[in-house]
Amino acid sequence: MKNQNVKNQSTKSKNSVQKFMQRDQVFDFLTPKAAPKLDLSHNVILYLEDISVSFDGFKAINDLNLYIEAGELRCIIGPNGAGKSTMMDIITGKTRPDAGMAWFGQRIDLLELSEAEIAEVGIGRKFQKPTVFEMLSVEQNLELAMAQNKSVWTLLRTKITAEQADHIDEVLQSIGLIELRNDLAGKLSHGQKQWLEIGMLLMQKPQLLLVDEPVAGMTHQEMDRTAELLTSLAGKHSVVVVEHDMDFVRSIAKKVTVLHQGSVLSEGTMDHVQNDQRVIEVYLGE
Amino acid sequence: MNRLAFLQDDRGGKIFLIILALATVTIPMFNLLVPETSVFHISIYTVTLLGKYLTYALLAVAADLVWGYLGILSLGHGAFFALGGYAMGMYLMLQIGDRGVYGNSELPDFMVFLNLQELPWFWGGFDQFWFAIIMVVAVPGLLAYVFGYLAFRSRVTGVYLSIITQALTYALMLAFFRNEMGFGGANGLTDFKDILGFSLQSDVTRNALFIASAVALALGYLSCRYIVSSRLGLLCVAIRDAETRTRFIGYKVENAKLWIFTFSAMLAGIAGALYVPQVGIINPNEFSPLNSIELIIWVAIGGRATLYGAVIGALLVNYSKTYFTAALPEVWLFALGALFVLVTLYLPKGITGMKKYKAAKA
Repeated sequence: MKNQNVKNQSTKSKNSVQKFMQRDQVFDFLTPKAAPKLDLSHNVILYLEDISVSFDGFKAINDLNLYIEAGELRCIIGPNGAGKSTMMDIITGKTRPDAGMAWFGQRIDLLELSEAEIAEVGIGRKFQKPTVFEMLSVEQNLELAMAQNKSVWTLLRTKITAEQADHIDEVLQSIGLIELRNDLAGKLSHGQKQWLEIGMLLMQKPQLLLVDEPVAGMTHQEMDRTAELLTSLAGKHSVVVVEHDMDFVRSIAKKVTVLHQGSVLSEGTMDHVQNDQRVIEVYLGE
Repeated sequence: MNRLAFLQDDRGGKIFLIILALATVTIPMFNLLVPETSVFHISIYTVTLLGKYLTYALLAVAADLVWGYLGILSLGHGAFFALGGYAMGMYLMLQIGDRGVYGNSELPDFMVFLNLQELPWFWGGFDQFWFAIIMVVAVPGLLAYVFGYLAFRSRVTGVYLSIITQALTYALMLAFFRNEMGFGGANGLTDFKDILGFSLQSDVTRNALFIASAVALALGYLSCRYIVSSRLGLLCVAIRDAETRTRFIGYKVENAKLWIFTFSAMLAGIAGALYVPQVGIINPNEFSPLNSIELIIWVAIGGRATLYGAVIGALLVNYSKTYFTAALPEVWLFALGALFVLVTLYLPKGITGMKKYKAAKA
């Protein structure tokens, strides 16, 4: 393993020297770094192919293959330690896989981008624990989360444009907090904070939303509202939901992926998955 | 009026600015126009004392900007104040000319005493007022920029940052105590005669300095208010409450911190520059960590994240300091300590938070 690494490195450096010597091409570092535009011509927004990651010898992800279609709402379930969170980490660039490929659309190679760049090209992630800015109002939270020029000087001078105000209204409407827009975010209930957090993601106009356990700790009414919200988002955005709560998954999912020991165990409709013998074994034991 | 739209929701700020404007007009009038025999006469001593308080208030506003809104508890803000003061002191020193004890028109007294033959290079240009004014903001600004660049880049936060700011001001104090530094050692810079050709002893100059301090405080307040009511201000609060989250949205937290910190240091420098001609001396004790801590107490007592609260705190504590150190000198430190403990226990949001506190309780 170690030897292979060394070998990889040496070929890598050799390659870069060779690239440098090519007279017919512009040097790599001179070509603009801008990520290519998202290309959805094959109607698939996310490709994960043969991804493996191990932490200290423990294989958290093992030959994972996953494809998400554009506009799809996909639920991912699996027992603890199945690699759900690690998978999210790989997509958002927090963890680098040891092997495999991750593409966003046809052209954007996620493994080459930093965390911030991945957020920029249109992948938004909602973490399990909601973190909103408690001392700011709901509206101000959204204002900060907006996709915008984030340099200090611009922030000092800028005012909300009509277009931005419309976008904020639209998001407030869809997360159902329009009446609470001037309330401090710290005063919201747990469920409302989760929605606000999803709203903050929407302000960045993401193409792909990764939502980690959205209904943990919610009441039944709140769960229903969240289900509505997520289904209404699908179509315009692609949404990947990781969730433990089976009732909730059943209420929103058309297609479910079951992860087990770092790879896909089963995939299909909720009924198909629930009747899959291997899934039953994993969930209920032998 | 449109340009001042950011003041619209700031009721406390408007009240403060009106009181400040009234004081700026009336106090010099009561000093200069009302005869000394009248009961309404305000002595020149009081005018200068109030002028000194106003510079402290400006310093407190600068500290509140970084502490109250950005959550950076700087325990070394006194250093920027003192550096601004030294820059002004150097200008005033070179205005003495041959009126010093040794009568040397080239060198300030302490340099003659130290057997220096010529002015050190870093004193060059300080005979010009405009140059000194630039240095008043440039030196604290540059120090804050370099310090902040290193500290914020390596993500030093919380109590660790407080400790190194404390170390910064302490190191500067030790350095300025050394005669070899060329800033007058332990005695500092003093014996100033005039500023821009006006005698520092005259009542008119002193009133003018008072007015200048008031104007600087008003402008400093307005610029800080402008910042905190902009989207950058929202970002500051966001950084204060959830720094990692802010970073995750894609903001460069370091940059925001760096610029606000630098701006605050510049304001502190201006405050120091106005302080020195009014008290007539600047020495290394101004760098003492104790001063920076006292400054934080002013802000805490006045109430954080309001800006005008910092002004109230600075005025209140310094007035009581003047009163107690004259009437009951041995009590002062205990009084300050008690004040701090009481405020922390019963008024966690300071004096300006009192109203909200009452409202919440009722």
